[in-house]
Amino acid sequence: MKIKIQRYSSSFEIKEYEVDMQGATLLAVLNEIKTKQDSSLTYASGCRSSVCGSCSMRVNSKEVLACGYKIKDGDLVEPLKNTPVIRDLVVDMDKALSFNAKAKAWQSSLSKNIALTQADEKRNEIQSDCILCGSCYSACPVYAVNEEFLGPFALTRVWKYVSDSRENTPENKIDTIQTNGVWDCTLCNECTLVCPQNISSKADIEKLRSKSAMAGYNDPNFGNFGGGFGFDGSPSF
Amino acid sequence: MKSDVLVIGAGGAGLVAALKAHESGAKVRVITKEYPTRSQTSMAQGGINAALGNVSDDSVEDHIQNTLKSAHGIANEEAVRLLCGSAPEAVEWLDSIGVCFSRTKDAKIAQRTLGGASAPRACYAQDYTGLKILHTLYDRCLACGIEIVNERYLLDFITHKSQTEDTYIGGASVLNIRTGEVEIYESASVIVATGGYSRVYEKHSTNATGSTGDGIAAAIRAGARLSDMEFIQFHPTALKGSSILISESARGAGGYLLNSKGQRFTNELAPRDEVARAINDEIKKGEDVFLDIRHLGEAFIDEELPQERKLARLYENIDPVYDLIPIKPVAHYTMGGIEVDKESQTRVRGLYAVGECANHKVHGANRLGGNSLLELIVFGKQAGENAAKHAIQNIKVGSDLGMQRNAHSNILQEIKEFTSEIDFYEKRELIGNLFYEKVGITRENDGLQSALEEVMKIHKDIAMMGPKDKSKIYNTNLLEFIEFKNILELSEIILTCAIKRQESRGAHFRSDKKVQNDTLYKVHSIVFKDKSAYGVQYED
Repeated sequence: MKIKIQRYSSSFEIKEYEVDMQGATLLAVLNEIKTKQDSSLTYASGCRSSVCGSCSMRVNSKEVLACGYKIKDGDLVEPLKNTPVIRDLVVDMDKALSFNAKAKAWQSSLSKNIALTQADEKRNEIQSDCILCGSCYSACPVYAVNEEFLGPFALTRVWKYVSDSRENTPENKIDTIQTNGVWDCTLCNECTLVCPQNISSKADIEKLRSKSAMAGYNDPNFGNFGGGFGFDGSPSF
Repeated sequence: MKSDVLVIGAGGAGLVAALKAHESGAKVRVITKEYPTRSQTSMAQGGINAALGNVSDDSVEDHIQNTLKSAHGIANEEAVRLLCGSAPEAVEWLDSIGVCFSRTKDAKIAQRTLGGASAPRACYAQDYTGLKILHTLYDRCLACGIEIVNERYLLDFITHKSQTEDTYIGGASVLNIRTGEVEIYESASVIVATGGYSRVYEKHSTNATGSTGDGIAAAIRAGARLSDMEFIQFHPTALKGSSILISESARGAGGYLLNSKGQRFTNELAPRDEVARAINDEIKKGEDVFLDIRHLGEAFIDEELPQERKLARLYENIDPVYDLIPIKPVAHYTMGGIEVDKESQTRVRGLYAVGECANHKVHGANRLGGNSLLELIVFGKQAGENAAKHAIQNIKVGSDLGMQRNAHSNILQEIKEFTSEIDFYEKRELIGNLFYEKVGITRENDGLQSALEEVMKIHKDIAMMGPKDKSKIYNTNLLEFIEFKNILELSEIILTCAIKRQESRGAHFRSDKKVQNDTLYKVHSIVFKDKSAYGVQYED
């Protein structure tokens, strides 16, 4: 079977490789190409069991983990979007990851002797499954218009802490995500569709919006019209 | 680029050390060859041990005794007492920074039984314990504003010699993977937390591709000593086709091991060395071996072992709810590592080591499941605090005493001269297969000797095995070659230690010397570099 890989060193070029590996993961195929055919092929990988988040890339325009995707004849493999490509399938994640700090995605202070129930634990169990692979970040269309958007994984992380009863100042967390944050999301749900851990950042952002509203914040996209909201959520004048 | 404390490696051990050095007032910088959350720690599944007694009675003393028993006589009891005694506080700290542990019905941290434990002692977060701990530590580092520099590869440590001939650390020489430039990071203290060397076994290992013992190889080059390098743990249950880990908690919850006839053949909850050998014996008899968790039921599996189900489906095309899981034992954890004293300091003054790259002598000849995440926290704290203290006391020593500085690394210069007529990827695979076969679950003198000859032959040809890719920018071919060189260096050391230890103890099982010989071998093997040769000796 043939697969095509978007290469980049000084310029972009799509290269085709022939492999005979039915049912193999994309990562196994990349390893085969690297060690047997073309040692210059560049990609990141680590655990090969979908938990370290190193080998996220796009196949036929959809974000996948190379170690969790089984290749098909004719697949086109490309690097993540919204991040600078360093070489071939390796992107620079520094700026993407910097949004965790900008969003203050951590617990404000150490909390002692707070007993969490099973219901407490379930509230943010799935958000704490995040592996920071950046698939959601790559799929997010907001970056085309706002490069400073805090983005799906950072906001999911904020929700993880806001929803945790060990967080003693959740209102400060909500304050931090008003600018370039929850209201910049278009709720398009692309992040949800590509998450290898079945996290829905869109849903987390909606929950953060509702917390924001309870804290007295309004959707700035509608605020200037001076009216309120109709029952169907559309602005009324 | 100067800092008080330079931490190399950003897995659990490195991040805890960084946090504690920061809390102690030091200016901390962390460098990693990947990104922090991509570290090996993310793969830890089963749990972190602490005798909390949340599920049934337990005591710190039982934890100590279980650990000592599994260590087969070569753990340091004082270190084990510190490890186990500090465990409840360590878990409490993780809880206080926001780790999402699974909980019991009465709102306590849930605990489960792993092999060799007399009680359900491993605190867990489904089968994502390491992932959730690592990510929470990362978030904590961001909260503290700790500087983390990504994609920097350790080449060599920078050392100074004082007038009294003591070797002091001065920093590290580092390859910026993105630019291909060498960078010098000066620091009064350095903490090495670069992980273990299970990838010597290449595809016969549960580990991520980065577990190539970089920090260990650099440490011995810089004058530190290594110890107990022959002790390598094989995890009993990795997926047969891909070596991907299936957590011990699957057996802790009641999973069975079955042979092709559907018969159980061992106590599934014995320590890992025993279970791995029992499986190996079955395989040698021609049996296939399976893990059976079908009787645990879908609801339990989805709640407690969601990752295992996902991985078995993806890599073996089977669903553990309905099917047997084909397994084999593979290299999982390296007990040996950089020798440290009870302050976590190596033989190089100001160079500290922690995590799997270090040997705190708490695991002895065989580590207990749930004790490795624990050691990251307990000794990470110790290393971080002591490194900060050392830095504050010694910040001027290097420049004031006019020490001889050994600042550059020859590695890249040397490799530039190498040709690529022999394919090192082939040799890497060959060493992995050779080690799995001859330096694996069972070993014997002839096999070990022939493996050593083979490895030395490869070493002799190293100048013909350079990287083909000559690019400066993000050259993973070059990186993998440097990793391969480190593996090669450690392979010889492992083999030398395994040949010398003519007895069976824990994970080191000699089929030609099946008895544990306490008269001669209840000691630690110590490896040191003397000019260009390695020496091995035994010490208590």
